[in-house]
Amino acid sequence: MSKYTIKVNGVSKTVDVSADTPLLWVLRDHLHLVGTKFGCGIGQCGSCTVHIDGVPTRACLTPINDVGIRKVTTIEGLAFKGNHPLQQAWQELDVPQCGYCQAGQIMTAAALLKKSPHPTDQEIDTALAGNLCRCGTYLRIRAGIHRAVELAEQAMV
Amino acid sequence: MSIEMPVNPARRSFLRHSALAGGGLVLGFYFNAANSAGHKVAKPGDAAETAFRPNAFINIDHNGTVTLISKQPEIGQGIKTSLPMVIAEELEVDWQDVVIVQGDLDPAYGSQSAGGSRSTPTNYEEFHRLGATARTMLIQAAARIWKLPVEELLARNSAVHHLPSGKQLSYAKLAATAAKLPVPPASAVRLKNPLDFQLLGTRIGGVDNPGIVTGKPLFGIDVQLPGLLYATYAKSPAFAGKVVSANLDEIKALPGVRDTFIIEGTSNLKGLLPGVAIIADSTWAAFSARKRLKVVWDEGKVTTQSWAGFTSKAQELSKQPGAEVLRNDGNVTQALADAAKTIEAAYSYPFISHASIEPQNATAWYKDGSIEIWAPTQNPEAGQKIVTEILGIAKDKIILHITRSGGGFGRRLIPDYIAEVAAIARKVSGPVKLTWTHEDDLQHDQYRAGGFHFLRGGLDSTGKLTAWHNHFVTFSHNVVKDGKSSLELGSGANLSGDEFPGRWISNCLIEQTPLECGIPMGPWRAPRSNVLAWVFHSFIDELAHAAGRDPLGFRLELLGNKGFLPGTGEKGIPYDVNRMKHVLHDVAEKADWGKKNFPRGQGQGIAFHFSHRGYIAQVAEVSVSKDGKLKVDKVVVSTDIGAQIVNLSGAENQVQGSVVDGLGALMFQELTIDKGRIVQSNFGEYPMLRIADAPTKIEVHFLKTDFPVTGLGEPALPPLAPAVCNAIFAATGIRVRRLPLLRTDLSWS
Repeated sequence: MSKYTIKVNGVSKTVDVSADTPLLWVLRDHLHLVGTKFGCGIGQCGSCTVHIDGVPTRACLTPINDVGIRKVTTIEGLAFKGNHPLQQAWQELDVPQCGYCQAGQIMTAAALLKKSPHPTDQEIDTALAGNLCRCGTYLRIRAGIHRAVELAEQAMV
Repeated sequence: MSIEMPVNPARRSFLRHSALAGGGLVLGFYFNAANSAGHKVAKPGDAAETAFRPNAFINIDHNGTVTLISKQPEIGQGIKTSLPMVIAEELEVDWQDVVIVQGDLDPAYGSQSAGGSRSTPTNYEEFHRLGATARTMLIQAAARIWKLPVEELLARNSAVHHLPSGKQLSYAKLAATAAKLPVPPASAVRLKNPLDFQLLGTRIGGVDNPGIVTGKPLFGIDVQLPGLLYATYAKSPAFAGKVVSANLDEIKALPGVRDTFIIEGTSNLKGLLPGVAIIADSTWAAFSARKRLKVVWDEGKVTTQSWAGFTSKAQELSKQPGAEVLRNDGNVTQALADAAKTIEAAYSYPFISHASIEPQNATAWYKDGSIEIWAPTQNPEAGQKIVTEILGIAKDKIILHITRSGGGFGRRLIPDYIAEVAAIARKVSGPVKLTWTHEDDLQHDQYRAGGFHFLRGGLDSTGKLTAWHNHFVTFSHNVVKDGKSSLELGSGANLSGDEFPGRWISNCLIEQTPLECGIPMGPWRAPRSNVLAWVFHSFIDELAHAAGRDPLGFRLELLGNKGFLPGTGEKGIPYDVNRMKHVLHDVAEKADWGKKNFPRGQGQGIAFHFSHRGYIAQVAEVSVSKDGKLKVDKVVVSTDIGAQIVNLSGAENQVQGSVVDGLGALMFQELTIDKGRIVQSNFGEYPMLRIADAPTKIEVHFLKTDFPVTGLGEPALPPLAPAVCNAIFAATGIRVRRLPLLRTDLSWS
């Protein structure tokens, strides 16, 4: 066991865990930030997607030892008031069914919008290829991303 | 840091119902303080005399907060939003005044199982009455205060109004007076005219959406408790194998491990199977220790079983008469001999997994002969029952909190993981959370059974279907009861002789032969129907093409003018032919059936199915590239689920989800059985449908009919697979007779 200090959602946190502990379990069991979900544990489902220095990353495959001084952002820290355009659009269009994968979908989509503020359906499909939705909300996810683009533009006017 | 918990014993407050005069059976329930984010939270501890609680589902406090209990588990089907909408409609409250609280398992709520798309049809009328009764009492309270006749008053927007004088009293102000009134008999309660509905039929977002998009703890796996320990449970890869020995001393010495022990378990595939539990300070410590666990298993006879073996056995059996005759009308042998054309085909489908993204999990705290459990479950009653058996305690020693489920699809109807956490918690001091890995989930599921259909059909010289013969080879378990063993069909592995086209063809023989297996089987979204619709509507399509007929016209002629068909015997399936023809005509019109000129490689397919009280027809439009890549361009769905869509947004989501789910199962899902175990272990080897493969467009049409309001979690799934496969045939001339689709080469030239 070793002490690690990581920066999560702008706050420094220290945990005492083994070096191979995935960031996912540090967030969930030690920091009680449970918005980042455990799905497959092998980077196939995308439910555990967080941003590390803005890059969408599978927390289940990221040992705490590798995080270092990089900034970790989870769904809880995506927007201070929980009002990121994607979070608004997701509610407006009632995207979720069970909702379990949606934090991962939103985190991946948020990174996409930073790179490509007006994505096409094809860009969306490519960027979100790693995020499974077992309930099949894919059509609303596409629509939600397009709606978030509109909301972001309105906010800028 | 403030941690909001879905259910927190330290913060909950039990509110006993005072037995209201005439209130009937109203037992205790409590409000859970950490509720759906975004809503105001009910403050427990309102003085009983100021809060109005006409029944176990409604609480209106002096602040005007209307708290409604959601009794059924929420698994993504939207019931936590839709059923309370029914109460709110009748109660005449503003939806923004409403707080929804998930009820624990409590007999006061009646049945709380969520399965079979039954939650809406079994509660719809009653929930209208609950809301209308409360509204009636609030009006009576205002009448008493104002000394006016109730006929002059009306309820609207969380208040009672006297229009002539312009007076109004909010529900907040009426609550204390209403609380003192007797509950009126049903005869004195008037339900709203559906034409006056303002909430039902509109689009309401899921009540937990604000929490979902901000990462609040809502799911079973999110439960946190003071001093919580974490458990993993290793079972035999070959089903129901027993533990002979394990390196427990080595495991106990590993970092973070608190304890490890063998659980003897039983042979009940839906209960507590034998295994080794590891208890640790964190999930990762438990999982890491498990990688070092070495268990010697007594795997038993199941190891002789394999999918390859089942397949060859099924082929053999198909050449013999079936073990059981499910239907025998007319004379199939003669009719096939007399037919102008006969078609023969074998269809098969594999075992598949539910593969919800939230793995099975549950948290339990055992203390002094009582247990408190938090579980993502579709079937809390079954969870409670198995815990009484495992711990030998009475029902009233079990508190069961129902959490939101990260997908259900029928998997969480089976309480094996609740049985496990109870057995583990008994040996642990303090609360413990059991988390399955996804490998556990895939290798210890309650699978959708595979199956084999050997079909023959006969057409007369006019292209009319005159003979239908199906020999269904399916799966069963050897069940020992009172010392006698017998074969019992697996859950979801059965077929009714009434299943379409069972009552529609004058010469019809349906036979069934069970294969014995030791593989767990359970309900998978739209059990039976999810594959039967594919088999029968694919074969009907073959017959239509063989007859040189339009697949829609062929089906309409087959359905005929039978009107309403009662089921055959007690377990028969009543069927309203007119309702089916109605959706079939509707979907054909909306999809421009037969009016589009598709180039080779593109085409339309049609199918329909009745299940879970719902009548659904679908048309799929597909493109298949020359190298065999399938793209579903559009699916049009027409549904008749009765007189009222409760939540239009939720209903559309269910239908679109069913289409995508059905497509995923059709295209990719397949488990291989070898040596009595599942070969695949995670999503890498068990691909699921991803966003790029989702249809570009799914059009959903709801026919408003005069029939009772029914559910939508399942019935829209079955027609998808045959509609797509029939479209593939139209596009390429390739007939898919084996699932999943990736087993068939779709390339064409």
